[in-house]
Amino acid sequence: MSSTTAADVIVIGAGIIGAACAQSLAARGLRVLVLDAGLHGATAAGMGHLLVLDDNPAELALSQYSLQRWRELAPRLPEACAYRSNGTLWLAANAEEMAVAEHKFNVLQAQGVTCELVAGRAVRQREPALREGLEGGLLINDDGILYAPATAGWMLETTGIDQRRARVSAVEGNRVRLDSGQWLSAEAVVLANGIQAVDLCPELPIEPKKGHLLITDRYPGTVTHTLVELGYVTSAHNASGPSTACNIQPRPTGQLFIGASRQFGTTDPAVEGWMLARMLKRATEYMPDLANLNGIRAWTGFRAASPDGLPLVGRHPQQDGLWLAVGHEGLGVTTAPATADLLSAQLFDETPPLAACPYLPDRFLGALAHA
Amino acid sequence: MNEHANLLIIGAGPAGLSAALAAAPRAKRIVLLDDNPLPGGQIWRDGPQAKVPGQARRLREQVLACANVHWHSSTRVIANPAPNTLLLENAERGWQIDYDCVILCTGARELLLPFPGWTLPGVTGAGGLQALIKAGLPVRDQGIVIAGSGPLLLASAATAKSNGARVLRIAEQASPAAIASFAAQLPRWPHKLLQSISLFDRQYRSASHVLAALGRDRLEGVRLKQNGKVVEIACDRLACGFGLIPNIQLAQALGCAVERQAVAVDSWQATSQPCVYAAGECTGFGGSERALVEGAIAGHAAVGNRQAAQRLWHRRARWQGFANALNTAFALDPALKSLADSDTLVCRCEDVPYAALTGHSDWRQAKLASRCGMGACQGRICGAATEHLFGWQPSAPRPPFSPARIDTLLCLEHTRDA
Amino acid sequence: MPDLTLDGRPLHVAAGTSVAAALALGGDGCSRTSVSGQRRAPLCGMGICQECRVSIDGRRRLACQTLCRDGMQVETRP
Repeated sequence: MSSTTAADVIVIGAGIIGAACAQSLAARGLRVLVLDAGLHGATAAGMGHLLVLDDNPAELALSQYSLQRWRELAPRLPEACAYRSNGTLWLAANAEEMAVAEHKFNVLQAQGVTCELVAGRAVRQREPALREGLEGGLLINDDGILYAPATAGWMLETTGIDQRRARVSAVEGNRVRLDSGQWLSAEAVVLANGIQAVDLCPELPIEPKKGHLLITDRYPGTVTHTLVELGYVTSAHNASGPSTACNIQPRPTGQLFIGASRQFGTTDPAVEGWMLARMLKRATEYMPDLANLNGIRAWTGFRAASPDGLPLVGRHPQQDGLWLAVGHEGLGVTTAPATADLLSAQLFDETPPLAACPYLPDRFLGALAHA
Repeated sequence: MNEHANLLIIGAGPAGLSAALAAAPRAKRIVLLDDNPLPGGQIWRDGPQAKVPGQARRLREQVLACANVHWHSSTRVIANPAPNTLLLENAERGWQIDYDCVILCTGARELLLPFPGWTLPGVTGAGGLQALIKAGLPVRDQGIVIAGSGPLLLASAATAKSNGARVLRIAEQASPAAIASFAAQLPRWPHKLLQSISLFDRQYRSASHVLAALGRDRLEGVRLKQNGKVVEIACDRLACGFGLIPNIQLAQALGCAVERQAVAVDSWQATSQPCVYAAGECTGFGGSERALVEGAIAGHAAVGNRQAAQRLWHRRARWQGFANALNTAFALDPALKSLADSDTLVCRCEDVPYAALTGHSDWRQAKLASRCGMGACQGRICGAATEHLFGWQPSAPRPPFSPARIDTLLCLEHTRDA
Repeated sequence: MPDLTLDGRPLHVAAGTSVAAALALGGDGCSRTSVSGQRRAPLCGMGICQECRVSIDGRRRLACQTLCRDGMQVETRP
């Protein structure tokens, strides 16, 4: 079982997380080998929504820092990455949700996030396609969107990164076995392959959360901001059964992405008509004229969900040389730069730019068993 | 508003009409649907400038006169939400239909290959031009060049001429030897021989193919390679099609096995899936005569009249021979794989150039990286082209199978399996 | 003999005429402008390529598979 030293670091997974980690490590002068099985994970399937979320302080810290990093990267991103800072408009359907908006506003403003409360009719002045009678909304100005597959591709073009299409069948600390039987080793191995991570590390508490998405034909000018219902926080985020929430995102092409759905306990990638319909119905409840638009494609993807909704970023406490960057659920694109910074800092034994503790794998895997 | 059919027939071309007529005496409720406004398929497309043969008119009238045949025009299949259930859409509404048995007569489409200038207004498919003329497109006194491959070029030329167009050139890519050998076999099918003679045109050239469509904002001329020589012809329209490819997406979505890019069927026209039959061009290119026989066999078999179906087997074999001769004669020249320049758009929905596709290993990777195939045609045009150019396998179809109103998709809300 | 409106102009066509044909009878034959700004016209003529999608009575539909009707409002996309 001799293994070949393949690089300084081997990254498993060429999605947005693996790509961001590889870019960060390569920028520090390391030789990085990125292995990807070509399965097209969450990066290929997702919406590419860059948003600040504040379900808990750790999520807010991670997403806020990461959004700042995206804004710094933005001038360098090629046009194919389709980066836009179009803002998220959270929609309140009733007084209860408006209270949530106000609370959110206070929390975010206190943290220095640029945002504004939009009351009553002003919502339709911002987005005329919305139905009448919404209670109001919260506009988070600096949220954005991008096309994640192209962005991951751009990151992987960084000097010092080699890419190989290969499926990894086993990981042992700083060594990986390819499907071909060949063993490769490096100073460190970074596991960044989303829901597939449990195939290599069954001890990881990661569950696939299925989502559906639909994209419409091009209808430029219909929507400006990414529209998300505030019910998202309660109905979709925390429910255990299948759930849907209105999530409408205008693409730079003039197309609209329509989400979102969540289902546990399935790994079947088929588009399920009933789920698609429930999701679309929710969206039409907020934007009735959607019903007359043509949907051109629907697909599904799987978010890698951890029990507390936060990613696992840091060393594997029981496997020396193995580092984790998994479990980002629906926030992988948003938090990719932050994840990369957190991981690099830990690998280089530096003080990370934000407290690493809430995201350490130890919280699920137990204390460090190696030096 | 849901509907039930004992027998559902998808596609009302020769195969679908023939299937309906064969099944009508024994079926309770037949639903026949097509995405076009009128029955007849591509070959018998009716319209203000069409001449539909008497045989087609009679068949159409016979079918529509059957009290148990319900005809849905301009109706598309959008999804297959549950076993034996399809979601349909027309201009007004979406609804679901459930069926005991289905016959897929989804026909074929043209293989359209990218070449410089092919996105200019004035460039159409070869069958495409014929269809547009039949539906009223004015071509009187226009100069038309027809290029590509297969008997459709002559048929398209005939329609153009009978509507007053000047056909300046018909450029067939196949070699003179291939065409001569095909022509020599034609006496085996006297009806086809007659047809070919009546369609023959003195502007016909073999071993000739398009190099580029010329023009700034619309087509002004065409550059051809004609027997090794490059020629340019000023023209108003270029109609270019490289043969036919079976429409297999719905069959694939229903789980039917596919062989040689066509729906695989047994001698009863049954697919690999129970209660799913297929007939006509979706089972492989073979022309309307074969489609009629296949449709009839499928129609009889679907209602349990195996004797009647079996009596037609010899006729099908005869027309299958014609289809085989045709497919051999008009096999595509590998030179046609290098027509596109690096800046030629391959994906017309998303305007993705050829250069953005080279270097990718498969369709999915190329699609994600370049947006090729992400547009409204769902890769029907560019997916077929890249399959021919690069050997890429397009991904399996997912609902919606065609662009559909979101309103229509909402009909799926209560389709969850128990 | 349907009377329709094409990009705001009245147009009279023979019964059974498709909207795709009407585009050429009452205009320059084009249906849409592509992503990179090219003018496009119907290509496949049989409901596959989507080049001919236009707005018909406010909904985006295929011109080649739609017959002209009295009072129909057709808009090509500039």
